[in-house]
Amino acid sequence: MKGERKKAFGSSILLLTLFLSLWQLTTKPAVQGKSQGLPGPAAVAARAWEMVSDPFYDRGPNDKGIGIQLTYSLGRLLLGYSAAAVVAIFLGVLLGLSPALYRALNPYIQILKPISPLAWMPLFLYTIKDSGWSAVMVIFMSSLWPILANTAFGVAGIKRDYLNVSALLQLSWLRRLWKVVLPAAAPAIVAGLRISIGSAWVAIVAAEMLIGGTGIGYFVWNEWNNLQLTSVIFAILMTGLVGVVLDMGFGSLAKVVTYRE
Amino acid sequence: MAFLEVEFVSKSFSESGGKSLCVFKDVRLHMEKGEFVAMVGHSGCGKSTLLNIIAGLEQPSDGAVILDGKEIAGPGLDRMVVFQNFSLLPWSSVYENIRLAVRAAYPQWDRDKIHDYVQRYIDMVGLTGAEHKKPAALSGGMRQRVGLARAFAVQPKVLLLDEPFAQIDALTRGSIQEELLRMWMATRNTVFMVTHDVEEAIFLSDKIALMTSGPEARLAEITKVNFPRPRVHEQLAELPEYNRIRKNIMQFLKNCAQEMSVDGRPKGGDAVVVGQELSAET
Repeated sequence: MKGERKKAFGSSILLLTLFLSLWQLTTKPAVQGKSQGLPGPAAVAARAWEMVSDPFYDRGPNDKGIGIQLTYSLGRLLLGYSAAAVVAIFLGVLLGLSPALYRALNPYIQILKPISPLAWMPLFLYTIKDSGWSAVMVIFMSSLWPILANTAFGVAGIKRDYLNVSALLQLSWLRRLWKVVLPAAAPAIVAGLRISIGSAWVAIVAAEMLIGGTGIGYFVWNEWNNLQLTSVIFAILMTGLVGVVLDMGFGSLAKVVTYRE
Repeated sequence: MAFLEVEFVSKSFSESGGKSLCVFKDVRLHMEKGEFVAMVGHSGCGKSTLLNIIAGLEQPSDGAVILDGKEIAGPGLDRMVVFQNFSLLPWSSVYENIRLAVRAAYPQWDRDKIHDYVQRYIDMVGLTGAEHKKPAALSGGMRQRVGLARAFAVQPKVLLLDEPFAQIDALTRGSIQEELLRMWMATRNTVFMVTHDVEEAIFLSDKIALMTSGPEARLAEITKVNFPRPRVHEQLAELPEYNRIRKNIMQFLKNCAQEMSVDGRPKGGDAVVVGQELSAET
């Protein structure tokens, strides 16, 4: 097992080296700070170093540090995502506990689920009249369905035995929820949370490209307009990195709530 | 009037195609306060279903269960079940599992009182030191000790044991049975137990109710077991009376199985002497 891990790690490094050298060889070096066509990895790395070493500078609306942009994006993510989590877990528990309600609402959920969260944007802009909050609502819509579906599924699948115990003990609704229903369904709920943090992070980039102003998505689009491809590539790598960190966070949460029967 | 009265309870399940399958019919069983009654029968005779009906987890199709003068309408803290598969909450520790039940049963108690009480029951079943282990980290015998502690801690009027030791290895089973008897002697709960282990039924109970085989199972016979308590496995096994009862029950179960295989229909019902025996009691 250990040997296998070492091998995999070695192969990963080898692939990276191969990819970077191929990339470097096929791109032309920059002339007088202006890149010729697609920039190479060295140019991107130089730009990355520049951005990371001063992440919070603010030189007007079109020139802010990567730290500020990511903070905006993560702030919107946090708002929209936590609101969605609260609503979806609450609704999901209700649906999971009541098969009749589940059957009644399921057709609507099935129709709403596949809609791209960005398709709601015009409606949000029209009703909320604020682009920042509209982006938050897009995150809300993108996170809602996976959490809702997973919570309802997890709660509906709770073993009869656990519900019998709570019935015998005559637990109040709140205690039943807190001591039996939520812990029993927690692995499924966290799986939903994990899926939707990923899709929410994907959606925020697109939403911010549309609304403009601030955020990592806006940054990508703005640098494209400036023809700063080094910054675009750097920002793409940053979104990937943040996505991994978010996913790892939920990965460790999943380990905490998993139980052995 | 008896403490717990099962009055002409029947249970049918609807099958596909609109037909309904009658599991057992017109079961009538009276239990006095503090009595230990075991029900024995082949699988499929509905004995666990009857236990769930007494627990209030299932509804009878016909008839009623009356506990202490009141008809049972649903589950309640006056009846606790010890389940065959333990049914402990796997995300909670031993301590938390018992504490949940104690808090539910005694909502007026404060933190310290609850803690002392929970700890007393953990000590009683010999799980001191394992308080903070999760059920998955315990053996079957230890898990069922938690199940027993949880049920006894609530101090229900009736304790319902649903094949509680069926999943426990034979070596541990004997000692946990003796432990159950010890706890029962201390509290003198009324106990209704379902089992297909004849020796277990004789060792533990005052009365054994024998069910014919399902479908349409009937309560065929009630055997009294009058051995003095406390009982010890080794001593009991040497009594001729023990072997006589054991042989009779075994013969009864064998006959049930044969009748089933002969015409595919259960016998019993008509040839039952239960009525007399019950009326003698009431």
